[in-house]
Amino acid sequence: MALTGVEIFKLLPKTNCKKCGHPTCLAFAMKLAQRQASLDACPDVSEEAKKILGEASAPPVRPITLGVGEKAVKMGEETVLFRHDKKFVNPCAFAVEIKDTDEEANVVKTIEAVLDSEIDRVGQKLRVDAIFISNESNDAGALESLSKLVSQKAPDVPVIISTKDPAAAEAALKIFAEKKPILFGANSENLDAMAKVATQFKVTLGITAKGLEELTTLTEKAKSLGVEDMVIDSGARKAKEILEDNTLIRRAAVKKNFKPLGYPVITFAQRDDSMLETLIAALGVAKYSSIIVLSSIEKWKNLALFTLRQNIYTDPQVPMQVEQKIYKIGEPTSDSPLMITTNFSLTYFIVSGEIENSKVPSRLAVMDCEGLSVLTAWAAGKFTAAKIAQFIKESGVENEISHREIIIPGYVAILSGAIEDKLEGWKVTVGPREANALPAFLKSRAS
Amino acid sequence: MAFTPPKESYAGKVYSVTVGTGDTAVTFGGENVLPFHGFEGETPNRPVIAYEIQDVPPSDWPESVQKPFESVSSDPVEWAKFCQDTLKAKAIALRLIGTHPDRENRSAEDAAKTVRDVLSAINVPLIILGSNHAEKDSSVLVAVAEAAKDKNCIIGKAQEANYKTIVAAAMANNHKLIAMSELDINLSKQLNILITQMGFDKEKLVTDPMSSALGYGLEYTYSVMERIRLAALTQNDATMQPPMVADIGMYVWKIKETQAPESDLPQWGSLPERGIAWEAVSAMSFLIAGAELLIMRHPQAVEAVEKFIGEMEG
Repeated sequence: MALTGVEIFKLLPKTNCKKCGHPTCLAFAMKLAQRQASLDACPDVSEEAKKILGEASAPPVRPITLGVGEKAVKMGEETVLFRHDKKFVNPCAFAVEIKDTDEEANVVKTIEAVLDSEIDRVGQKLRVDAIFISNESNDAGALESLSKLVSQKAPDVPVIISTKDPAAAEAALKIFAEKKPILFGANSENLDAMAKVATQFKVTLGITAKGLEELTTLTEKAKSLGVEDMVIDSGARKAKEILEDNTLIRRAAVKKNFKPLGYPVITFAQRDDSMLETLIAALGVAKYSSIIVLSSIEKWKNLALFTLRQNIYTDPQVPMQVEQKIYKIGEPTSDSPLMITTNFSLTYFIVSGEIENSKVPSRLAVMDCEGLSVLTAWAAGKFTAAKIAQFIKESGVENEISHREIIIPGYVAILSGAIEDKLEGWKVTVGPREANALPAFLKSRAS
Repeated sequence: MAFTPPKESYAGKVYSVTVGTGDTAVTFGGENVLPFHGFEGETPNRPVIAYEIQDVPPSDWPESVQKPFESVSSDPVEWAKFCQDTLKAKAIALRLIGTHPDRENRSAEDAAKTVRDVLSAINVPLIILGSNHAEKDSSVLVAVAEAAKDKNCIIGKAQEANYKTIVAAAMANNHKLIAMSELDINLSKQLNILITQMGFDKEKLVTDPMSSALGYGLEYTYSVMERIRLAALTQNDATMQPPMVADIGMYVWKIKETQAPESDLPQWGSLPERGIAWEAVSAMSFLIAGAELLIMRHPQAVEAVEKFIGEMEG
């Protein structure tokens, strides 16, 4: 169970030495309690205190890193069941399965698809995160040659090696030494040997079980064998089981601080029907999976899954914002209308969507109002005549257009006179209050 | 350490709502746990997907979702029959978009005739939606509620600006009612209270917390739905216990991701699958957040979501 600031304070040296960067030990203790500081910052803490605090302050879901370098993926560290309570911390990773029984040409195609999967969406770079290398053949040589091919074609992409055979695991792990792969496939029959390989290569061990009870037994045993980093699979494959087990695992970890299940969850979403697979993967995104294994990575599917992951893992307390600039919708000419709105992403998406629906090529000036919607930004003094005038002048839009007319949202009609005063030579037109009236408004102007 | 499954039970329960008449009536809601949490409580009814049709040809829908209906969509009656007989729709949602003053501006009498014609051609339950023009809806929905008297339809949507006349019409003609507010749990609660204060039975309400599309505010709808459902279950808040509807098609099929051809955006992949996936993923998200009634457009998206529900129930 988490300790309070005062309980933590009692275990600290109480020297107020400031070496941790905080003015007093009490202040440091408070930060520790809120998980905003790390105990490592204190050079004088006793070993005993470290042990007690370390266990108490560890996040309920153990942090795990897959891969190294720029493409490394962090997972775990989750603290809640519902995203409205607090931001979900580390977005889940998507891994595509490649089997060592697949034709080499198909393997190469899939690797290339992984490398080509990156998409930019609302300023974030999103991609298929990892390759799940599967020892379908049960042959150590086949796994080794597939591992070589992957490491050669995609040296930076994190991998999960899946095998039940400790000897095959060893051979494959040698190829990915220093690259922080995950070794998946420890079960009730091979746990001792797999744990040995995992500790020898210092890799995260993926445990697979039949049900949550067996999973608990296995992770505890692995821990006693010296394995610290694990990802867990309860054996759930059907949607119903995935929801049930993922929910119970997250609850046990977060609400009961039940350590044997406090590890990131790996979910297998593979289906023959790619559309259904998309939905099973989407269930994993929303409901607590940290790694989702897919059988195929079509671009349409990636885009839908990346977008859902972005939506679910957005901080509910911080409004999503888009960049301040003049957005072109359609192919506007110098005569096309110019509208202005704020940079709350939802506002932007809805307004730009309706302009697109109108099929009237336009420019949309999106002003930085710290992610507030039009009315809120106006009430907060961030969407004012002076600021709008300054933004329009500095945007350079005057060089792009031949007219001097700006359309403002109907809700801030009150600003029209003041904007005309500040923007000399400009005409302000009051547009509709709601975005859904924009198509009719724009069409009637165009005709 | 022995593992005890941390199961939860709740004080509250979602009302179950039945629409339609006779053998083809459907019931949704009724659970006393979070969505699909059958492992710890009762989930007696499968969520229902209604096919969206409209009173005027769907010229504003993107081509890929117009196409499955191209031979029938010029006539709402044929369209409804096609959904029922060929697509095996369990319910149909008729949107009277043609009554919107900026569209065809059809009269309330014309809308009532369309409703009568559609009702006489089908036997599955009908959901009747206005054009979302608050003022026009209050006359159109009154006329259609009367035209559909005693057919146990769902009428919608009553909003803060127009709920009084619509509630009275639903009550007088024995219909269920959708109450819609804009992405705010408190507004939603308040509207449900106002409606029940008029004497409308809270067990005949369906809450619409306002839908959205994947990538375009989905997380807002998702979290408002989760919060509404948690309030219903954990706080036993009767004003939050009506089942929820996600009216998805109209949000999904107007965004760029369901319309931009692959030739313009090769990184986005094939357009037909992309559009279907967009509608299906949006629908799946709202199902697990708490929606029991979905209004959707593309037959393949509906099919995928039905398969998903099958796996969740099975």
